[in-house]
Amino acid sequence: MITEGLAWLIIALPIAAMLVNGVLVRAFVGSNSKYAGYITVAAIGGSFVLSLMTLATVMSDGPLHVDTHDWITIGGLNLTFGLMVDQLTSIMLVVVSGVSLLVQIYGQAYMHGDKSYTRYFTYMALFTASMLGLVLSGNLIQIFVFWELVGVSSYLLIGFWMDRPTAAAAAKKAFLMTRFGDFGFLLGILYLYSQNSSYMDISTLYHEIEAGHIAVGVATWVSLGLLAGAIGKSAQFPLHNWLPDAMEGPTSVSALIHSATMVTAGVFLVARFFPLFEHSDAMTLVALVGGFTAVFAATMGLVANDIKRVLAYSTVSQLGYMMLALGVGAYAPAIFHLFTHAFFKAALFLGAGSVHHASGTFNMNYMGGLKKHMPRTYWGMVIASLSLAGLFPFSGFWSKDEILGHAAHVGTTTGNIVLALGLIAALMTAFYMFRAVFLTFHGEWKGGGEQEIEDAEKAGEPLPVGSAHSHFGESPWLMVGPIMLLAVLAIGIGFFSNPLVDIGGIDKHAFAHYVTHNHEVFPTSEAAKHAGSSPELNVPIAVISTVLAIAGIGLAYLMYIKGSISPQAMGARFQPLYNLMFRKYYFDEMYENVVVRKGFYKYVADALRWFDEHWIDNANVHLSNWVSRIGKSGALVQNGQTQTYAVGMVVGVVAVVAAFLLWG
Amino acid sequence: MTAHDYWVLSPAIAMALLALVTVSVDLVTRSMAKVSTVAFLGLSAPLILTLNLWFGWFGDPATAREATGVADLGSALFGTVETDRFALFFDFLLLTVTAGTILASAKYIASERMKDYGGEFVSLVLLSVTGMIVLVSATELITIYVALELTALPVVALAAIHRSKQGVESGTKFFVLSAISSAILLYGFAYIYGFTGSTNLAVIMERLTVLPNDAGVPFGSYAVLLAVIMIVAGFGFKMAVVPWQMWVPDVYQGAPTPVVAFLSVASKAAAFAVIMRIMYVAFGDPALMQDWSGLFAILAAVTMTLGNTLALSQSNIKRLLGYSTIAQAGYILVGVASVPANQVGATFAGAGPQGVMYYLAGYAFTNLAVFFAVIAITSRTNDDSIEGLNGLLKRSPLLAGVLVFGLLSLLGMPPTVGFMAKVVVFGSAINANLTWLAVVGVVNTVIAAYYYLRVIRAIVFEDAEDETKFSADKPVLVAAGVAAIGAGVFGLAPFLLLEFAEQALSILPAIVTGL
Repeated sequence: MITEGLAWLIIALPIAAMLVNGVLVRAFVGSNSKYAGYITVAAIGGSFVLSLMTLATVMSDGPLHVDTHDWITIGGLNLTFGLMVDQLTSIMLVVVSGVSLLVQIYGQAYMHGDKSYTRYFTYMALFTASMLGLVLSGNLIQIFVFWELVGVSSYLLIGFWMDRPTAAAAAKKAFLMTRFGDFGFLLGILYLYSQNSSYMDISTLYHEIEAGHIAVGVATWVSLGLLAGAIGKSAQFPLHNWLPDAMEGPTSVSALIHSATMVTAGVFLVARFFPLFEHSDAMTLVALVGGFTAVFAATMGLVANDIKRVLAYSTVSQLGYMMLALGVGAYAPAIFHLFTHAFFKAALFLGAGSVHHASGTFNMNYMGGLKKHMPRTYWGMVIASLSLAGLFPFSGFWSKDEILGHAAHVGTTTGNIVLALGLIAALMTAFYMFRAVFLTFHGEWKGGGEQEIEDAEKAGEPLPVGSAHSHFGESPWLMVGPIMLLAVLAIGIGFFSNPLVDIGGIDKHAFAHYVTHNHEVFPTSEAAKHAGSSPELNVPIAVISTVLAIAGIGLAYLMYIKGSISPQAMGARFQPLYNLMFRKYYFDEMYENVVVRKGFYKYVADALRWFDEHWIDNANVHLSNWVSRIGKSGALVQNGQTQTYAVGMVVGVVAVVAAFLLWG
Repeated sequence: MTAHDYWVLSPAIAMALLALVTVSVDLVTRSMAKVSTVAFLGLSAPLILTLNLWFGWFGDPATAREATGVADLGSALFGTVETDRFALFFDFLLLTVTAGTILASAKYIASERMKDYGGEFVSLVLLSVTGMIVLVSATELITIYVALELTALPVVALAAIHRSKQGVESGTKFFVLSAISSAILLYGFAYIYGFTGSTNLAVIMERLTVLPNDAGVPFGSYAVLLAVIMIVAGFGFKMAVVPWQMWVPDVYQGAPTPVVAFLSVASKAAAFAVIMRIMYVAFGDPALMQDWSGLFAILAAVTMTLGNTLALSQSNIKRLLGYSTIAQAGYILVGVASVPANQVGATFAGAGPQGVMYYLAGYAFTNLAVFFAVIAITSRTNDDSIEGLNGLLKRSPLLAGVLVFGLLSLLGMPPTVGFMAKVVVFGSAINANLTWLAVVGVVNTVIAAYYYLRVIRAIVFEDAEDETKFSADKPVLVAAGVAAIGAGVFGLAPFLLLEFAEQALSILPAIVTGL
């Protein structure tokens, strides 16, 4: 069904939409043209259909065989380009294009009336194309190119409202921090390239690893490089703190890049090079980084007041889950969690946008009682929250349980540590999600955007950005529809990998079987089983995690609905801890003051400035004087006289002959 | 002439006929729109014949295609002309450039001052291209010389076509200096004929290997040394290589811009093609190759350095582009100097010549985009100083975009074709053990950045005195846009060109043995 040409079309359609919107629509129709939205939706819709075709093809025929093409050959340097269409790619394609499509539809309403509506859909098309290109890439250099394109387009989207200083700063922060990780990524690529340039091709790399041609040391260093890139992109500790700030972008942007796409790129990267990681000594580090981040980010989510930031911390925490799973070898559960998380997290972000539409604020302290005004948004978000909290039978339950079960099954020290971390995070997740739901939808209405502005004026604080007038009522269907659809998916898709029974046409473990049925990555069925191709339901773990989730929800209920435990009293009692979490463990301050000001500015920048002033500037001055002197003397000959030119030509011949005779 | 001769010469014959048809259309209709249309559409004839010879569409004249997959037409006219793939590559390039030039000058020849000799203008361009098509196929010195004159004389007339003081000065300068360069070239040819007794390139190669040579003298003998330098000087004039480049800025400034666009791209490409053929076929002996590689390396370094430094202080955009083309010639010479014989750890012998062909094609698209944009702009503003471009981005965003893109490509900014072409030629220099030349090249691109960016700054950041908006004439805009898109596509997908270049080069014996 799918051919190589059609697979290229998956990337080409959004790129075409970007070009049409960015060049033609903007120049000839206007910066606020409804056609821009239609074009992007149509293009991404096309990509989605092709992605489904790809999935169907790979399901029936296995990975698509695609030739690599020479991109450029100079001397010994041979760079190729090509596609990789395997099980992992097909899943990622469907997730990315599917969620993107829903977000674009939602954006038609959410961005309605924005003066840069065309630009929004131009960037969105570019972003989607970059992400689709990333998951389709057949070699490491191509991955890096698209990886950076994802970085650039996310920069553009986060800073979309560039007249807001906070948005511009957040975009810069996101870009710089992810670039920091990319530095490691690039070093990893270069090291692997220096071993053998053919390793750039991913299929070749798989075969070479299986054949044992790659030393463990090499694999470890390269894996660490890739992990650095993944930590940056997936906002893992210690490069996590760009993501909450990145909520400055439009909410629909957050829904896309912080649920299904950009942030999952890091997890995708580790999954793509899973054989390399397994061959290396870096797996423990992957697991510990993931496990620590899962808990660490969740603690900050406990106290955040901005609903989008709660979701942001939750995303970081859930990405930690995926990393943790990959680190203990649970390939299939990790991909499955990525899959389920994409849908329920997108639903939550879109829900937050819908809530903002009604209340005019993102600060949960100014919301409350919205349940009766917007029941569809409410139920959509409750279902997604239950799924995120990991309650049966929602999709999050299945994927989270598979991860924890796998960690328990591994039985190593690392496995047990991350199991404990995962369980703690599960408790916190349930608590902060339902804290958000209760503060937003239950209780009394607390004034919304107007009240927030008024309070800020009274306190003499800077006015909150993005606050607007509240107008009660359900959001338009273009916004609610995608939320409800995603909520339905949040219930349903868990059964694709249920470990208990065959349901209709879907066998048990269908999803896990599918993603591990790739002989290049898992040459033997033993290896596939090891990567979680058919995880059993671990009943004790399932019971414990469910109890923890219910406990978290219950605690939130007691604190924010019944009021039997006062949040203020709790905060006062654990004042130092509360402050620590609320100020995000002072990581922003630490990076800003210690790393950037004291370290970078003081030592590196000062040293460079000295070098620049004393060496570069002087050299420049001399060089430019010298260059302009040549120019002046040359211009003397260029006097417009034909005779001079004629003599010059003959003198030129004589000079060249003389030079040859003297030095030849 | 046999039928086979006609077959081999078919693109050139079609081109000459088209020139005659165009002039007749002018006589009969006096309509410049019809002249342009006929010339533009008529170009499809030589184009189809060129593609036919490459792919063998209409009956296959190739004798050896079955065995090798490569069309080998054999020679025509007693071994003086050979339309092989090397020639066909350049034919295709030249025809593309001609199509662009005719499109971009459609409005110009219909203008008040030109409409009386618009037909002559187009037909002179076509005649000059006819000469180039023969030139790139010629395998014999006399034919090369005749073809060269056929390319140069129409250009003289074109440069002076305005009959204004400036135009006539420019035409006369070009004519006199071109005659001198031809004289030097003929001297070189005479020496080589006197030494080897043949004017056929392949025979010259054979004789040179058997004739006695003096190990202490470069090129094995003083006669060959003088001959090579004079031949290089003769073509160096056309390629705008220092120290035979002095005519370039004056003629560029004085001649009509469409002529300059044509001159800067087409005659340069043809001259590079023929110099490569002469060097690789007649002087392709590895020992000789070492020597002329050194010659070209020095010329390359001097040419780009002088072209770039002289461009720094220019205030006229056409003059600046004149110096820029000199510098670009220097970069291309780097590829000529990177010969297979010097190669260390040879993995791909064709890289140097292949780089030349890639660079020339990319440069053709880029430079045409720039010149066409300049034509479109100056025809509206009547101001060809750099200040005249101030604030262009606000006045005509599309033209400004094309011009900025073209300038970035000339500068060598990724991902344009200019960047990729520099990577290829500098890379081939390193492979050919000429690292110093690659370093000089990179330093030069830094110097060049200054004056290209100065123009870009004027376009993007400066405020215009006159803020009225204007848009370009459609045909010029289309030509410029297509050229710019070509420059972008070949930059992103170099393999599209490199593969054809590799096939084209497979006919040069010195490279084939290197492979």
